[in-house]
Amino acid sequence: MLSKKQFLTKGMLDVATHMLSVIPFGIICGAIGIELGFNPYLVYGLSIIIFGGASQIVFLQLLSGGASALIAITSVGVINSRHLLYGAVLSEYLEKLSFIKKLLISYLIVDQGFAESNKFFKKNKTEENLHYHLIGTGGTLWVCWQIATITGIILGSFVPDEIGLKFAIPLTFIAIVVQDLKKMDHVIVMFAAGVSSLIFFNAPFKSYIIIAPIIALIVAALLLRFKK
Amino acid sequence: MTWLSIIIAGIVTYFARMTMVALISGDMLGDKIKAVLAYVPSAVFPAIIFPGVFINDYGTFIEMNDPKIFGALVAIIVGYFSRNVIATILSGLFSYWMIIFIFNF
Repeated sequence: MLSKKQFLTKGMLDVATHMLSVIPFGIICGAIGIELGFNPYLVYGLSIIIFGGASQIVFLQLLSGGASALIAITSVGVINSRHLLYGAVLSEYLEKLSFIKKLLISYLIVDQGFAESNKFFKKNKTEENLHYHLIGTGGTLWVCWQIATITGIILGSFVPDEIGLKFAIPLTFIAIVVQDLKKMDHVIVMFAAGVSSLIFFNAPFKSYIIIAPIIALIVAALLLRFKK
Repeated sequence: MTWLSIIIAGIVTYFARMTMVALISGDMLGDKIKAVLAYVPSAVFPAIIFPGVFINDYGTFIEMNDPKIFGALVAIIVGYFSRNVIATILSGLFSYWMIIFIFNF
């Protein structure tokens, strides 16, 4: 039985290693906004109000390219719709929380935090106060994301995009799923998701990011049926 | 106007995060659904990984000798055996930079 503080600390530590990619990405995110000619307050506002890396860049790129606000908003919604899946997975572990706490903690659910907290929850199902782990991962990501985007906004065009720091993003997600390569069913699901994401890459509103997971989950459902 | 768009985009994003957490309770999901949901990380993250590796900044497919493929393979091998996030990311980045350096000097 661990204390709330121990869960919080564990969450912060579990997600700490991902800062290696989150911080450079945050800096790039801030810098791109400035390079595209947006007001610094507006670029930073995205980090608090949307708080979702890739969607923030897409939003600014679309607006600067002359796209309508409706298209920019729709794209953000489509890109971030994958959080519906994260929420469905996490709901099992958060169901004892009060409605208000559920509303508050939801703001902190992002990719890396979901990945690390979900792994932790699966191993510690019976413990109480598990949600403190999610506050630890999400809170750490939030603070680092704010600092990183502000840094990017200040550095602006001094941030070089040629050194390929963006490549740290797929690498951080490789680190998250690589252990599941030991399970054949997961390998098939991952392959289905990856290949579908390439096939549907040019689908409107970046919708490959939700089409591919849905196809992969259908494959997963078929696999489960086949197993029995 | 732009601020209004940001706020609407933020609300839409927040709803994506909050809806399932706030509205679903444990007994609403059957065992079959829960079994499928266990695959969510394997279903979502490769959809970020594959385009990040195989598609370049201009939205087209990379060449088969692109250093990103080598970097990703090194990261997968190192990650698989080391079980370490930092080792995975750094090995991928350094092998990627190494290839760029070797072919650019």
